[in-house]
Amino acid sequence: MAKVKKNIILKTQDLDIGYTSKKENTVIASNINIKLESGKLIGLIGANGIGKSTLLRTLTNVQSPLNGDIQINGKNISEYNPLDLAKVMSLVLTEQVASKNLSVFELVALGRQPYTNWVGNLSESDIQSIEKAIEQTNITSLKHKKCFELSDGQLQKVMIARALAQDTDLIILDEPTTHLDMYHKTYILKLLQRLAKETNKTILFSSHEIDLAIQLCDNLIVMTDNEVVSDVPCNLISKGTFETLFPKDLISFDETTGSFRVKK
Amino acid sequence: MVDKKTYQFSFIIIFVILIACFFINISLGSVSIPLKDIFNSLIGYPTEQEAWQKIIQNYRLPKALTAIIVGSGLGISGLLMQTLFRNPLAGPFVLGISSGASLGVALVILGSGLFGGVLASLFISKWGIVIAASLGSFLVLLAVLAVSIKVRDTMAILIIGLMFASITAAIVSVLSYFGSAEQLQQYIFWGFGSLGNLSWEDLTILLIIYQLGILLSIFSIKSLNTLLLGENYAKSLGLNIKQSRLIIIIATSLLAGTITAFTGPIAFIGLAIPHITRQVFNTSNHKVLLPAVFLFGAIVMLICDSIAQLPSSDYTLPINAITALVGAPVVIWLLVRKRKMIF
Repeated sequence: MAKVKKNIILKTQDLDIGYTSKKENTVIASNINIKLESGKLIGLIGANGIGKSTLLRTLTNVQSPLNGDIQINGKNISEYNPLDLAKVMSLVLTEQVASKNLSVFELVALGRQPYTNWVGNLSESDIQSIEKAIEQTNITSLKHKKCFELSDGQLQKVMIARALAQDTDLIILDEPTTHLDMYHKTYILKLLQRLAKETNKTILFSSHEIDLAIQLCDNLIVMTDNEVVSDVPCNLISKGTFETLFPKDLISFDETTGSFRVKK
Repeated sequence: MVDKKTYQFSFIIIFVILIACFFINISLGSVSIPLKDIFNSLIGYPTEQEAWQKIIQNYRLPKALTAIIVGSGLGISGLLMQTLFRNPLAGPFVLGISSGASLGVALVILGSGLFGGVLASLFISKWGIVIAASLGSFLVLLAVLAVSIKVRDTMAILIIGLMFASITAAIVSVLSYFGSAEQLQQYIFWGFGSLGNLSWEDLTILLIIYQLGILLSIFSIKSLNTLLLGENYAKSLGLNIKQSRLIIIIATSLLAGTITAFTGPIAFIGLAIPHITRQVFNTSNHKVLLPAVFLFGAIVMLICDSIAQLPSSDYTLPINAITALVGAPVVIWLLVRKRKMIF
């Protein structure tokens, strides 16, 4: 029992998410019970506006849960101070970095900020972590390039390297495959799959690439109107969860190929 | 590692240029003094004519030191603003810090009639002006910041900063309408900007507050670098955004506020120096930018001041006009040559 518990990096209990205002609480999704284990790649999927971003914002402590709690490494997320949280959880966001004049190395090096001294000097071990992250994401050849010289796909790899350099148990990515072509979507997700295995980190990402997620993820968290389900992809297929994902008038889920088809 | 060495080399060159500019600045003026006597006077040796020593020690030396403080201080406050607001157009002027200072000074000089007699003379003292200018700039910056927390769009924040500047300008014109001719003249002369009005005592006060501002800026290097990723990333790296933002803003208002108080609003330096520096050093790392902006700001200000004295004539032009006349073409030239704005 103790051993099993150790492998769970993030756990939610009866989590209700949504927004509070003076008048009322707007509940986006309720009763969310998920467990994220180490070394696993987990995809978060659901239709537009279903609350994926709200869930990610809640899991990353940007907004507070309405009810229930989130535990990271056995400790409630609200008990972490920002610096300690930065040492267990790193993010890759959809927003662009403010300054594209940073070199790739400099940008990845910013991932070491929680560990560096008051002026941000890099120690030997910091530089090792940075080099390792750059190697793991195959961007060694880009190391001295400026960020404005990179393509979207390259930039995404750099942002992933930055999150790796932050050396956290958990990496959360918000739609890492948007703006990328089919090849690079697959490339990024395969990279995440390999990183989860190699580094034994927990990697959670939200995505609209359902067929890719089914093929590559260890676990999927599916958000539908009624519930939030978390399971291995083949169980979700046999349970027919994907059928409930979207309105049924345009597309339908093909269980044999694990992808959506346009209705004729 | 290679980068570090080239930076060191550049820094040495720029430092030498700064020293050269410093001496050129001191050697130029309405009275021509031989270089040998300038050196003598600086190290405390007697000069050929006693008046020369007085000119240098009581007038030219404090003025050159003021130029260094003003150039570096305004440059650094511009750098802090540009990174904090993630906007290359930001600077002490655009965000209304300088107009806040102007409003403070205008209230003291032009509004002093309202307080009358003894109280007025107390207010118009140098300290009164300095405090008013610093308070004014701090309050305007605080207002811009309060708005910036609510408004996420940085362009909107800049426009709001400009609006604050317009409001303060309007209040200043209302005050000048009711002010007496003497008060008006005093205010307008403050508005021209001048580096030469500071006594050693003033300089000491300016230097103390300036050092405080610089110290806070140095402490902000790490958070400034983190902010290059944007606020959400910075937060995810454990940065206390509210605290860092406050420190950066206090540093800026200390620097820009007191400098404006002592020398009048000096245009252009705060906006342009960070751009010139980024074009030359091609980096966004504040560990390099901060000292580089310091040096470039000091150099440009010394050069501008040297030009403003119109060598070998009795006239001194308003420094405010010279900074823009000299500096703006430089920025345009750099941008056209590189065809790219580095930010």
